[in-house]
Amino acid sequence: MSEFLQQVINGLSLGAIYALIALGYTMIYGVLRFINFAHGDVFMVGAYIGFYAFPLIIPVTGEGLPTAVAVILVAMIGCGILGVVIEFLAYRPLRNRPKLTVLITAIGVSLFLEYTGQLPVVFTPNPRTFPTLIPNTTYNVFGDVSIGSTQILVFVVALLLMGVLRVIVMRTKIGTAMRAVSMNMNAASLMGINLNFIISFTFFLGSALAGAGAVLYAMSYPKINPLMGILPGLKAFVAAVLGGIGNIPGAALGGFLIGVAETMTAGYINPAFRDAIVFGILIMILLLKPSGLLGKGGTEKV
Amino acid sequence: MKPIARPYIYLALAVAGTFVLSMIIGGMGSYDQRIVINIGINMILASSLNLINGYTGQFSLGHAGFMSIGAYAASSITTMLYPALVGELHGGVSQELYFLVAILAGGVAAAIAGLLVGVPSLRLKGDYLAIVTLGFGEIIRVIIQNIKPLGGSLGIPDIPRYTTSLWVFLTVVAVVFVIQSLMRSTYGKGFLAVRDDEVAAEATGIDTTRYKVTAFVVGAFFAGIAGGLYAHYNDLIKPDDFGFLRSVEIVVMVILGGMGSTYGVLFAAAILTYLPEWLRDFRMFGVNFSDFRMSIYSLVLILLMLVRPQGLFGTFDLAAFIRKMRDRRQGTAPTLEG
Repeated sequence: MSEFLQQVINGLSLGAIYALIALGYTMIYGVLRFINFAHGDVFMVGAYIGFYAFPLIIPVTGEGLPTAVAVILVAMIGCGILGVVIEFLAYRPLRNRPKLTVLITAIGVSLFLEYTGQLPVVFTPNPRTFPTLIPNTTYNVFGDVSIGSTQILVFVVALLLMGVLRVIVMRTKIGTAMRAVSMNMNAASLMGINLNFIISFTFFLGSALAGAGAVLYAMSYPKINPLMGILPGLKAFVAAVLGGIGNIPGAALGGFLIGVAETMTAGYINPAFRDAIVFGILIMILLLKPSGLLGKGGTEKV
Repeated sequence: MKPIARPYIYLALAVAGTFVLSMIIGGMGSYDQRIVINIGINMILASSLNLINGYTGQFSLGHAGFMSIGAYAASSITTMLYPALVGELHGGVSQELYFLVAILAGGVAAAIAGLLVGVPSLRLKGDYLAIVTLGFGEIIRVIIQNIKPLGGSLGIPDIPRYTTSLWVFLTVVAVVFVIQSLMRSTYGKGFLAVRDDEVAAEATGIDTTRYKVTAFVVGAFFAGIAGGLYAHYNDLIKPDDFGFLRSVEIVVMVILGGMGSTYGVLFAAAILTYLPEWLRDFRMFGVNFSDFRMSIYSLVLILLMLVRPQGLFGTFDLAAFIRKMRDRRQGTAPTLEG
């Protein structure tokens, strides 16, 4: 029983990170109706921003929690700007082109970030060790079930950011505009909403969440390399589809479910199948309920 | 001469040309020979994917998965089955025949996988289909990685090198011939109808599911054959050779060539296989481009989508072009469909 609870805690803390990345996928899909394949690589850049920002931040904030918070904020802003730039340069000129063209461009951006990241003058292909941002302590809860300080930080930051996102999307004027754009882009534009600004803002928010997720991921798994974004990116995408793509609470729910499913498979079945199970879930959900757990089904208009 | 014979004349000419070509390639150094053979294998992969992505308008991102099934099936036959059944193969016609059987078995195995992937995936379209095929590709890789007799993540070593340039380019000719013949038949019109407007095609009584599955099965078959040829040229295959990036490479070839233009895709496969090798020793302003070659490659892809999304050749069709040129020379008025 205690082993099961332990797996649940580990799964939820991994899932919280997936949820943060999945929110970016789902928001961008919500406004532009396309899968931003480069999202996982924005996540990778976030980890490197944290890696390089750490030595600059530590003299200012000192050890411990303030450093972690500062590194997360810097990575969020850096990734947010990167997301806006990618949208401006690569996706905006293709706004009214066929979806496939945009999808291929997104693959191109993804490859560009991966290959450029591997250049000797950029991040080099060698893995780096992410610094320890907060001292590692383990707390025992319910007997032998333990939870690490990093895991607590992951939960707190992830839930806080999800709450902030919820408030932005549901309670602010700009959030209302985002929802309007995702319902009907042309109608929203006719109502005087500045489409370009809203889309840029959505990219900023989504990429910033990936940046936060990246620092949290690197704190939990401290080996970082330029290809580290591929698998978490794909899994977060599966999480977004599982929850119903375009649906913000769905992405969060999907992230947690995928995280738990992955750790359960690794713990009870075979660690080698932890990646396969995620794709298995994807195929099942797309075949059985393509609109996802919380999504609304749509019919194709002719 | 009956007009129906014309494709067979082209086929005979192409086969003869291949024999000459492979004699020329045989005289090259081993490094150049490797590039040329890789070009041929990529041509098979790209033109078979073109049938799915270009002509039928489905977006498959899992072609490397089919390739890996063909590679593993063919090499387990040559490294495990043959030594047990027929002993060592010592060159000659019998070796070539046994190799042919192994390669075809790889193609059939991949075609079955194509059927298994194709049938359930057909409810989806566009980017969802891309993601599902990607997922299937990854699942195939993980499954192979966990099958002990296939060597796990270390792969199958010591595969005999049966693949020659003649084998590869005869297969290229066969793929192009089959696809061109298919596209000229009613099946081809069905593929194009599914691509151009699925709802309208369905409404006119076309069984869209059957056409999509056919495209998947034929495409996967040739990808499997390419996998078998690849395995018997590289002596070692491992699951990581057939990852997501390999699928993306093939997709990029199809896009660069122009989705739905067989000759454009063949050209793109050659260029994209050669370009990274060429950039390896390319220097300008004292900068060595070999480090930047993959970044340049991805930038070219983005720029291509911005500037010319239909690919270099668009829907250019060599046969139609030749027909138009001939009509012009003979002074007949060009037809509207030309």
